[in-house]
Amino acid sequence: MTFFAVKNLTKSFGGLLAVNNVSFQVNEGEIFGLIGPNGSGKTTTFNCINQFFPLTSGDIIFQDQSIKGMKTHQICQLGIGRTFQVVKPLGRLSVLDNVTASAFCRVNSIKEARDVAEEVLEFTNLYGEKDKLAKSLPIGGRKRLEIARALATRPKLLLLDETAAGLTPTEVDEAIELIKKIRDSGVSILIIEHIMKLIMTISDRIHAINFGQTIAEGTPAEVANNPAVIEAYLGEEYVKGQGH
Amino acid sequence: MKKGNLTVGIFALLLLLFPLVVRSSYYQHLLIIIFIWVIIGSSWNLLAGYAGQVSFGHAIFFGVGAYTAGILVTKLGVSAWWGMLLGGFIAMAVALFVGWVCFRLRGPYFALATLAGGEIFRLIAINWESLTEGMVGILIIPTFKSKLPYYYLSFGLAAACILAIHLIMRSKWGYYFVSIREDQDAAESMGINTNRYKNIALLVSAFFTGLAGAFYMNYMGFIDPDVVFSLHYISIMAILVGIVGGVATIMGPAVGAVVMVGLQETFRSSFFGLAPQWVSEGHAIVFGLLVIFVIMFMANGIVGDWNKISRLFWRRKAVRT
Ligand SMILES: Nc1ncnc2c1ncn2[C@@H]1O[C@H](COP(=O)(O)OP(=O)(O)OP(=O)(O)O)[C@@H](O)[C@H]1O
Ligand SMILES: [Mg+2]
Repeated sequence: MTFFAVKNLTKSFGGLLAVNNVSFQVNEGEIFGLIGPNGSGKTTTFNCINQFFPLTSGDIIFQDQSIKGMKTHQICQLGIGRTFQVVKPLGRLSVLDNVTASAFCRVNSIKEARDVAEEVLEFTNLYGEKDKLAKSLPIGGRKRLEIARALATRPKLLLLDETAAGLTPTEVDEAIELIKKIRDSGVSILIIEHIMKLIMTISDRIHAINFGQTIAEGTPAEVANNPAVIEAYLGEEYVKGQGH
Repeated sequence: MKKGNLTVGIFALLLLLFPLVVRSSYYQHLLIIIFIWVIIGSSWNLLAGYAGQVSFGHAIFFGVGAYTAGILVTKLGVSAWWGMLLGGFIAMAVALFVGWVCFRLRGPYFALATLAGGEIFRLIAINWESLTEGMVGILIIPTFKSKLPYYYLSFGLAAACILAIHLIMRSKWGYYFVSIREDQDAAESMGINTNRYKNIALLVSAFFTGLAGAFYMNYMGFIDPDVVFSLHYISIMAILVGIVGGVATIMGPAVGAVVMVGLQETFRSSFFGLAPQWVSEGHAIVFGLLVIFVIMFMANGIVGDWNKISRLFWRRKAVRT
């Protein structure tokens, strides 16, 4: 059975091909990394997966079912949660209310929703901030709130878009712990990240794209040593220089 | 919480006793008008304050409710009181259509669409004379001479409306409404069918506003398109009641209704006859200034900014907070 697969995904904005014929597969229980330089089409891939915009062509499979053409909220109800690179806290609600609102995805009573929310806040280490307004959280807290809100919908697959960007080194270490903890709780993870330390240590497999196209896929070690990846990240000049 | 409940309880008791103590039908009338505005303001607040969909067209639902009651009398010859049963539901049916059209738009575009919608309904009511009697309006003979039945009925409706909204806001619906207000994209990705829940907010809001309209027909005995479909006197007034009292607060619209009806009446009567007649023309300007003042200094309204206001008057408290 296919747990999750992106098949020949293509997305163009007018003339710009943001994602061009990208395919990959995420196995259940896996942490799968998606990397690429700025503007290479990573966030666009996420936006296509949860149907923020329609695909130009290609297909997305989740648990053997095509989810192409569904509504964003249906994708979440099916079990794909996501966080946003540019965080979207529900600013004037408390942290607890942010997560409680999300928990209603699976439960109906306010009591149950609050129980789920409190449990998730404990899990994401936000419980101490639960009564603060979401907009008063510093960036680290906001990133964790994104994760908490996604987890409260009880996803089977979690899409994380640069959850560690802008964090201090200690916070990055905490983020690594949290992501591993999420995986160990049985949630598969598709993660976009620029911080190499993070993506290389936690990913089981990595898929690299540049200008919307696949350039490599494999284990972290394989991808890190792939010339096309090195070139994409460090520039052609650097690779040529190495050759001399 | 407890203290708040007690305050509300005491207020409710005072309002129940009020017409038995104050026999003046003028003051009873004022309170009835205030109750009607509590209903409209609270309904507007549910949609705009909580769900974030700012309507400039609540006259649509008020007018439809009022005309439902009126037309039952003129066309079907049944009591206008049946309009109280039907008015809310017809307003909901209209809301389904309004939502279908206007929710394609977000933010200020939604607001503009509802504004246009309101004007369209007013023009329909003016021109569809065979149904609405056009500018002539609909005149019916009120059932009761005494104000008391109207007083208690409108009080009951206003209380029921506030209670219903209070309960909604503590349920899944309430959480979904405010999530949509805060960030529609985030809400969608949290599994919220934003289109459905915006429509639910609109339907509930339209129901109570339609009910208020049907009551208005029964109570006043006269309606015409320029009164019940008025942009100025209904749609804008609904917004004023909401924001002066405090958007996204349960009791805000009630406070707003008292302030706004009080102000309107003060101007209408040229300061109770103390000022020259032309003063009554000035209320539009004063309302405008009030909106500017509220937005600049008390963006959360009287209830929302109560701490700020009380600090002005009771300086001691300020030290503690
Ligand atoms: N809604 C949109 N409309 C038009 N162009 C867009 C839109 N979203 C993204 N793009 C373009 O698509 C390309 C890919 O953008 P995307 O956000 O997917 O990159 P990314 O890999 O996430 O980059 P970063 O690492 O900076 O987050 C960019 O050129 C971007 O300008
Ligand atoms: Mg991105």
